Amino acid sequence: MSRPTLSLSRARYTLGPWARIAGLTVCALLTLGPVVWTVSTSLRTPADSFDLPPQIIPAHPSSAAYHGVFEQIDVWLLALNSTLVTALIALGQMITAGLAGYAFARLDFRFKKPLFGLVLATMMVPLQVTIVPVFLVLKTTGLTDTLLGLIVPAFPTAFGTFLMRQYFLGMPKDLGEAAMLDGAGPWRIFRSVYAPLARPGLAIVGVLAFNYHWNEFFRPLILETSGQNYTLPLGLVSLQGNLGTGSISVVLAGVVLSMIPAVAVFVVGQRPLREGITSAGVNR
Amino acid sequence: MTDTRIPAVRPRAADPAVAAVRPGARERGTRLLAALFLAPTVVGIVVFTVVPIIGSVVLSLFHWNVIDAPVFAGTANYRELAGDATVLVSFRNTLVFMVFAVAAQLLIALALALTLNGRMPAWLRSVFRSAFFFPLVLSAASISVVMKYLFNQDFGVVNWLIGLFGTAPVPWLTSEHGAMATVVIVYVWQQFGFSFLLFVGGLNNIPKEIHEAAALDGATGPRKHLAVTLPLLSPTLLVASVVGIINALQVFEQPYVLTDGGPGDSTRTVVMVIYERAFEQLRFGEASAVGVLLFVLIMAVTAVQFRLSRRFVHYQ
Repeated sequence: MSRPTLSLSRARYTLGPWARIAGLTVCALLTLGPVVWTVSTSLRTPADSFDLPPQIIPAHPSSAAYHGVFEQIDVWLLALNSTLVTALIALGQMITAGLAGYAFARLDFRFKKPLFGLVLATMMVPLQVTIVPVFLVLKTTGLTDTLLGLIVPAFPTAFGTFLMRQYFLGMPKDLGEAAMLDGAGPWRIFRSVYAPLARPGLAIVGVLAFNYHWNEFFRPLILETSGQNYTLPLGLVSLQGNLGTGSISVVLAGVVLSMIPAVAVFVVGQRPLREGITSAGVNR
Repeated sequence: MTDTRIPAVRPRAADPAVAAVRPGARERGTRLLAALFLAPTVVGIVVFTVVPIIGSVVLSLFHWNVIDAPVFAGTANYRELAGDATVLVSFRNTLVFMVFAVAAQLLIALALALTLNGRMPAWLRSVFRSAFFFPLVLSAASISVVMKYLFNQDFGVVNWLIGLFGTAPVPWLTSEHGAMATVVIVYVWQQFGFSFLLFVGGLNNIPKEIHEAAALDGATGPRKHLAVTLPLLSPTLLVASVVGIINALQVFEQPYVLTDGGPGDSTRTVVMVIYERAFEQLRFGEASAVGVLLFVLIMAVTAVQFRLSRRFVHYQ
């Protein structure tokens, strides 16, 4: 095994810790650069917004762009819509995924395997394949161009169900059995023993749902036709369309405003988000 | 953990005396509870996914503009699509996009995860991890709005930056190849964090002893990664590439906002065509047919991947 090339490549490819950290730093700067530029440009005056090299710290800091956003679109309405839609979907998904995940993990019933297979299979179905019939279903029920039409179809979550099933499977069986010996029925066992233990798992489902639906663009674009039902991402893209003549700082100020909740969730929900994503790759 | 108490869950099977007192009451209770717990998810999935899939297939056999009554068309929609240059090019674009986006995303994520796995202070590691994962929480639509400015040919920061190295300005969004490259870059910039997190999790799952044993056998540097880490990481690689491909085949926001499919049709993707046919041109039958084809494509690619993976994926 000791070919001469091996020792050569050993010397050449083993990166020292400093080289590694330097490389990672460059990559991190490239990753965060666009975000930093967005924030700093949104704080510049329109005249300075195209300055090159870009000023990281604005020479003439100004909040004019933010006033501009509020003048051109109804930020409060869009934010309210986004909050309502996102919060209700997150809550709904936590409930549906929590219940279904528990049933698949801990209850015995007929057709359990095929039903679980059905749920897993729908993870593979792209939204775009079903959007036309879903649109028609919502249209016949009068739910197109309403926030409800955006919320209700998003309640069932195949991934969330899968995640919660894994979560419940990870809990010791003895707890439920002890409760049963004490005379607790299946509902009592769920309600008093397992449900309280499931909170961290439910947090993962909730944070994932919040992140996805706060940023969702495709369904709102199709379902919401009147401006009063727009969510923030839709409003932002329309803001960009309004600006034949205006400054880019206004658009970027809008982007920054819409980022605030996403960043808040990143800070607060980083761990659940990360665990939700990581478990997709590891737990199978 | 051989669970000797499992019979306790089913009193009827284990203890005839209990069963005689309350024949199956507990089991009926369990089944009722299961039905109640599953109802929201299963009904929702049937109404909003299963029925719509069938609906899409049925609709694809009709000509329909929502206003007039649908007219049965047989396979006419599919035959028309086969001769429709825009549709064909959208499939080609989507496949080209998928290949480049997934390859770049996996390579970057893997390189970063492996580099991060080396020795460094814990706080620094978590700073890097958060940085790489951050774009994932932002909206693809608003990020694309931002990128449209950064990649502007005349005043964009990207061209200024490469100008520092003496490179001539690149027509990122206004030339065919440039536009596709920009869509890929913007998509990868936002998405690589997903694969990155999968790899970080996968690497954490590899027992330390295996690397120590490999080091004793003389494996170091790239050889260690090729011979030891990658095979152990292969289940995670499979998930990352399956999810990456399924997501990439559905790309929409980036080309929609950055280029609106242009210049020409050079960045028009399959999902953009579905959107345009259905909701701009009211050709619902055709849009459904494109959707069905996309579904078949995704299934086929995923099936091929799982077939191939049998030869490359190692489970511990």
